[in-house]
Amino acid sequence: MVGYSHYLILSAVLFTIGVFGVLLRRNLIIIFMSIELMLNSVNLSLVAISKFTQSADGQIFVFFVITVAAVEAAVGLAIIISLFRHKQTTAIDEINLMKG
Amino acid sequence: MTLLDFTILTAKVVLVMSVLLSTVPILVWVERRGSAFIQDRLGPNLVGPFGLLQPLADVIKFLFKEDPIPLEAHRFLFPLAPLFSLIPAAVTFAAIPFGDTIELWDHTISLQIADINIGILYIVAFGSLGIYGILLAGWASNNKYSILGALRSSAQMISYEIVLGASLIGPLMVYGTFSLKEIVHLQAGHWGVVFQPLAFITFFIAAFAECNRLPFDLPEGEAELVAGFHTEYGSMKFALFFMAEYLHMITISALTVTLFFGGWQLIPGLMSLAQGLGFAVYPTSLILSLLQMLSFSLKVGVFLWIFIWVRWTFPRFRYDQLMAFGWKILIPVALMNIFLTTLAIYLKWI
Amino acid sequence: MWHNIIFWILSILCVGCALGVVWQRNPVVSAVFLVGSFVALAGLYLNLNAPFLAAIQIIIYAGAIMVLFVFVMMLLDLHHPLDLYFRFTKPKLPKYIVLGLFIWLLCTLILATAFPLAIPDKAQGFTVAQVAILLFSKYAFPFELTSLLLLIALVGGVVLAKKK
Repeated sequence: MVGYSHYLILSAVLFTIGVFGVLLRRNLIIIFMSIELMLNSVNLSLVAISKFTQSADGQIFVFFVITVAAVEAAVGLAIIISLFRHKQTTAIDEINLMKG
Repeated sequence: MTLLDFTILTAKVVLVMSVLLSTVPILVWVERRGSAFIQDRLGPNLVGPFGLLQPLADVIKFLFKEDPIPLEAHRFLFPLAPLFSLIPAAVTFAAIPFGDTIELWDHTISLQIADINIGILYIVAFGSLGIYGILLAGWASNNKYSILGALRSSAQMISYEIVLGASLIGPLMVYGTFSLKEIVHLQAGHWGVVFQPLAFITFFIAAFAECNRLPFDLPEGEAELVAGFHTEYGSMKFALFFMAEYLHMITISALTVTLFFGGWQLIPGLMSLAQGLGFAVYPTSLILSLLQMLSFSLKVGVFLWIFIWVRWTFPRFRYDQLMAFGWKILIPVALMNIFLTTLAIYLKWI
Repeated sequence: MWHNIIFWILSILCVGCALGVVWQRNPVVSAVFLVGSFVALAGLYLNLNAPFLAAIQIIIYAGAIMVLFVFVMMLLDLHHPLDLYFRFTKPKLPKYIVLGLFIWLLCTLILATAFPLAIPDKAQGFTVAQVAILLFSKYAFPFELTSLLLLIALVGGVVLAKKK
């Protein structure tokens, strides 16, 4: 019988996979995609909570999270494009101009 | 979900899919003979009577031709891309009602595969997934022309998807529901185009751009970019793209009919014709359902013919003209339609 | 019963595609796996009686954001550099152990919480009308702010990515 905790555990697993991607990959775009995965795991737990506590506020929150994620993706990719124009690489180790 | 429900659902899916997949060869034949008629020449007329078996010959050709895969093409994405194009085009038809209900063994079967209460959103969602087929096909082919064609085509499709969505807001405000079944029921008095003519025009123009049909087919224009994103695709994979394009055309025509032209509501005069011919037509009888399906098919057929007619009549848009038309003309018109509809609803005209 | 079967199928699909995102060397294939993950998530939202959010997830995430990702990747012509850290650093075991511990910690905390027992199958979903009424009444101010945010993103994206 699938209940509340199943959805939350799935959300935790997806979040961990996202963290895995952010910490261990070198390619900027894949890091960015892992961040999106983390946002989606949070969305999933919000929708599960919204269903199991019978209030629609969780769904509204998810709506806003999706919109803000779209905004962040657009601006982030614009930054990546201008970075790439400078440095011709997407490995984050190379982006160290401000390193002390 | 009893066994009977499951059987009825499977029967509906099989029926709809077989009708769709068998409409595609008929559409190929109509396109070739219709274009020949418009261009004042004969089309294919050797293969069967009036060339009716030409699509069958095409299918046999596609099955037996060599299926080339370029050496440097991506092994996983190159074969997957046509599926990304075909599946959304086929699946979107599930939400479109093609008749009212039938009563069989006191079981009410509604002639619609899935009565989703977010019908229009479902169709827009799966329509927007069709872009991946083009993008991935262009990228995975490892060919300059493919990637250029793919980028142009997907930029065009995204821009006109915005027009499509914005032009749908007007009808949504008038009908007040997302569910396509409700929308067809609400058109029993007047068809939707009477209330939303501007939305119909913008929606139909955006539909041409969505299906990559002339006058918006620069991305796959034969003389422009070799063949655009499907340059490297051979027999069966090209056939899948071809089928996906025609299926997308059929779905968009069906959606136009459902939203603006009454869906399965009978063509005026059809009921009296049937009664004149001696059929007893009473509600939820089989004859009425057949008449409704016939009306639906005729209306969809009219729009498919308009698609083909426009293709062989107009020249192609240049790319910058195309994008300027979408962003600078159609989106403001769609937004103006929303404003006018709001005004009309507020002043109780509708 | 169907809810359980669909949940297990979709969640295995989702986790598999998420692992594919993180393991692939090629960013475009990662993006395709992420799209698969999003579509599986949309199915899970449907399972949780949130049809509006499922459609919005596919339209916005899978249909717009990921298309933007794939566009950028196609425009940038990435020669995927060897992800040296990921594949060739030793030792490999500690990173997997740490991540396994993290998952174990989260799962234990979740299972240890006594959530109030809801009756899932009788729980009503929320129709689009209910969500919309809430959005335009109680949350009208964040809604308007979000539109301002989108305008800022539009202007910012154009300014940042423009060629000088």
